[in-house]
Amino acid sequence: MAAQIQFRDVTLGYDRHPAVHHLNGEVPSGALLAIVGPNGAGKSTLFRGLVGILKPLAGSIATDGLDVRDIAYLPQTADIDRSFPISVFDLVGTGLWRATGFFGGIGKASREKIGQALAAVGLTGFENRAIGTLSGGQLQRMLFARVLLQDARLIVLDEPFNAIDAKTSADLLALIKRWHAEGRTVLAALHDMDLVRGNFPQTLLLAREPVAWATTSEVLTAENLLAARRMCEAFDDSAAPCVADDMPSQAA
Amino acid sequence: MITEVLIAPFTEFEFMRRALAAVIALSLGGAPIGVFLMLRRMSLVGDAMAHAILPGAAIGFLLSGLNLFAMTTGGLIAGFTVAILAGVVSRTTGLKEDASLATFYLASLALGVTIVSIKGTNIDLLHVLFGNILAMDDQTLLVVAFNATITLLVLAVIYRPLVIESVDPLFLRTVSRAGAPAHLAFLALVVINLVNGFQALGTLLAVGLMILPAGIARFWSRDITGMICIAVIAAVISGYAGLVLSFQTKVPSGPAIILVATVLYAGSVLFGSVGGVIRQMFPAPHLEA
Repeated sequence: MAAQIQFRDVTLGYDRHPAVHHLNGEVPSGALLAIVGPNGAGKSTLFRGLVGILKPLAGSIATDGLDVRDIAYLPQTADIDRSFPISVFDLVGTGLWRATGFFGGIGKASREKIGQALAAVGLTGFENRAIGTLSGGQLQRMLFARVLLQDARLIVLDEPFNAIDAKTSADLLALIKRWHAEGRTVLAALHDMDLVRGNFPQTLLLAREPVAWATTSEVLTAENLLAARRMCEAFDDSAAPCVADDMPSQAA
Repeated sequence: MITEVLIAPFTEFEFMRRALAAVIALSLGGAPIGVFLMLRRMSLVGDAMAHAILPGAAIGFLLSGLNLFAMTTGGLIAGFTVAILAGVVSRTTGLKEDASLATFYLASLALGVTIVSIKGTNIDLLHVLFGNILAMDDQTLLVVAFNATITLLVLAVIYRPLVIESVDPLFLRTVSRAGAPAHLAFLALVVINLVNGFQALGTLLAVGLMILPAGIARFWSRDITGMICIAVIAAVISGYAGLVLSFQTKVPSGPAIILVATVLYAGSVLFGSVGGVIRQMFPAPHLEA
């Protein structure tokens, strides 16, 4: 299958300090890929680079023919002003941005779509509630409904099940499987290894550098996880410039 | 008797009719902007921008006396310069917008007062600082109405990205590049409306007809459409009642308008249906589900 995403020796970070170091690899179109790793492994940074809100320090990320609108991104901590007076219905409706843009009307068909998306995440009846009145889990369900409406070919979920109860996780996981079945490419950063083993065919184990990237059962071995933990957050203020760029490529 | 007090000033005196027309135009343009300023936690930014306009207006005054066209143009240039510089600085360096604005507006205010006092008298300074809505000529009135119209048109264009940027900026960044232009266009609208109010209310009070109605609206509506409508109505009422008050009592018109708005605000804080003090002290019984 064609590659949807190509990481070409990409290094991402902040203030020249790399958080993801020299990542190479491809994500085929339609893949369901889990990204696991300890805190500070660079999972969120990788996603921020992928959706284009963080520029790589080196290397590049090629998303084959994907426009920004073809990517749906659910950040780890949604940067939502919950005191803003907007209803659940309207906020979920912003997921239709791709179709409506600045002026497109929200007609009968769109209203039905929004209703279906809310039903799919179990929020029917919450349409007119202000977003500030939702619980954390309900907010996450609402954001999934918006991702649903974005109808994106690439879906990037950053720790979508944090602080979410079992029932909600199961419901949202069913949605992820539905997206996979529809042929969309789904990347999710996760911490629950059992959930990854049970549901995600491919896994990338990241600890600032890629530790392993293959089928989930090959990646999630005790040695790999131990290795990942050992490559902990080595943040050195006086680190020397990385010389790997000057060395002949070993990948070729 | 009541008609004499409330209506006669406007039927008898043309300058009162002009003032009323001006204040309605200011309300239509400024109040919606004020609502967005409040929801984006930029209320004091509006205040800062009002001061930033001063040097431009003062240079206009220096070059051609109390000519409202020159002062408006100067104010617009100064306001845009500060708004755009502050916006660019905060977006490229990560310095918070309020911090970068504070620097620019303090510099502007100092510069503005200096320029006015080089040439003008104390009366000129008073006029610049507090405006005079009772001295509207045809041209000025047309400028005010034109600016209000432009405001509503531009606001209609940027309304959707502006709302999304206010509630979930990261989302807007991932689906569209409209966020930054919408934000800058909004800052431009703030400047236009401040300059607009500047002629009627002066630099120091111009922001009042934007922020106070927005604050009032917050106590009466939970959704943004309702807030905008209530803010416009509150601004028009303040303007009208302020003019009547000014006419009957010789209180200067600008402060009279803002004082009426303040009374409405205090009433809203006490009696407002959304989070008003009285409502909180005597809450309705809670529901079953």
